Amino acid sequence: MALTTVEREPGSFRTASPGLRLILLCILSITLMVLDHRNEHLVGVRKALSVALYPVQLLVSAPFDISNSVSESLATRTQLQEDNKRLRQEALIRSARLQRMAALEAENARLRALLDSTVIVGDEILIAEIVSVDMNPFRNMLVINKGGSDGVYIGQALIDADGIVGQITRDRHYSAEAMLVTDVDHALPVELARNRLRTIAVGTGELDRLSLPFLPLNADVQVGDLLVSSGLGGTFPPGYPVGVVRDVRKVTGQPFLEIDAEPAAALNRIREVLLIRPGGRDPFADPESTRVADEPAADSAPEPPVEAEAADGESG
Amino acid sequence: MARRVRVWPVFVAFVAAVALEVVPLPVALQPVRPPLPAMVLIYWAMMWPQRFGLGTAFIMGICLDILHGQLLGQNALTLSVVIYLTLRFHLQIRIFPLWQLTMTVFALLAIEAFLRFMIEGLAGLDPGGFSRWSRVLCGALFWPLVLGIMDRLRTQVETRDPSFN
Repeated sequence: MALTTVEREPGSFRTASPGLRLILLCILSITLMVLDHRNEHLVGVRKALSVALYPVQLLVSAPFDISNSVSESLATRTQLQEDNKRLRQEALIRSARLQRMAALEAENARLRALLDSTVIVGDEILIAEIVSVDMNPFRNMLVINKGGSDGVYIGQALIDADGIVGQITRDRHYSAEAMLVTDVDHALPVELARNRLRTIAVGTGELDRLSLPFLPLNADVQVGDLLVSSGLGGTFPPGYPVGVVRDVRKVTGQPFLEIDAEPAAALNRIREVLLIRPGGRDPFADPESTRVADEPAADSAPEPPVEAEAADGESG
Repeated sequence: MARRVRVWPVFVAFVAAVALEVVPLPVALQPVRPPLPAMVLIYWAMMWPQRFGLGTAFIMGICLDILHGQLLGQNALTLSVVIYLTLRFHLQIRIFPLWQLTMTVFALLAIEAFLRFMIEGLAGLDPGGFSRWSRVLCGALFWPLVLGIMDRLRTQVETRDPSFN
């Protein structure tokens, strides 16, 4: 036996024969896997170990953070000016859109109040950065630099500037793991913005493709249709863009259409994500926000006639 | 045996291997990332079996599972099995010429990848594509480099520690 030459230190584990030790470790790891698979029995263990391994995570992402900050501080004046100009223009366009948004929100709140349905309030948002740590290469997952210590919870929705990114699957206390909408295990209730046709968008494992496998052949879907979250699952707040239909195929003999969609969020280029905490759930926030939302509506409704009268008076 | 051994350089090598395993790479390069933690572990289990063995492999595997967000115990199991095989044959392996050693490491890495493939299949996870096998091939290609670096590290550790054999 080759291993008889190996000197071992005293100690129960080390004195055992290698074969026995291997069997013990195999049993231990299989037990761990069984406990960890589907049944979330090891959430606490995992969290503690994640916190212990947080320095490794920092070590790995440090070069990227440093290079980012260096490239930021070394940016030339012209670059900064260009950026500034572009951002100003963007801000202008966005604020112009937002003007209409406020009026529409108020109108929406008023109509919903008339219908006696719950009011959708603005969602609370937390900004997180993506930690430069590669996850399992076969999964579409990422790590963000906010965790349970910042109020992040499992199932919380992640968006970026363009649309839904994914949801939090594991809390590492100081950071958190998120599953992207394109992961093979991810399904997201969506509706077509054009005709409110509801379906489910399933991940494919490719970062630039979602699949809609459950629409019948006669469904009204066109290339270019916008998919928004329907809010039915309860995880994602309704109304956020998810993707755009890219390809609709009718396969003879199949009962369902084969539809591909392109995710709205730039999943392979994101650096920052927004964590949404739906505000409508808080019972104390509801009456307050409806009142606030009602006020501008009540003000703005009578205003136009007054202005019109005034204008008439001036002209007349 | 007088234990005034400086093992921390080896632990630095382990941490570096784990860190390189999770360093972000472009999607195109991910299939050619060599499985460094397994390779470094194989080296040290082969060269210093008194100190690094199954326990080290298990702990490293758990660390990888956590960092990768995989099933807890998956890497721990595969690395333990591979290191057991390494320990079992370490006296034969370590006097092999380079090409034979490389082939042995290739076989060990292939066993590791196959075990992981089976575990993920049993757990009903995505079996992935060809990339797990291309990583094995890459590991074998990178082995001479890893061997060179680790040999240098080992000579440093050895010269500091007269009791090391």
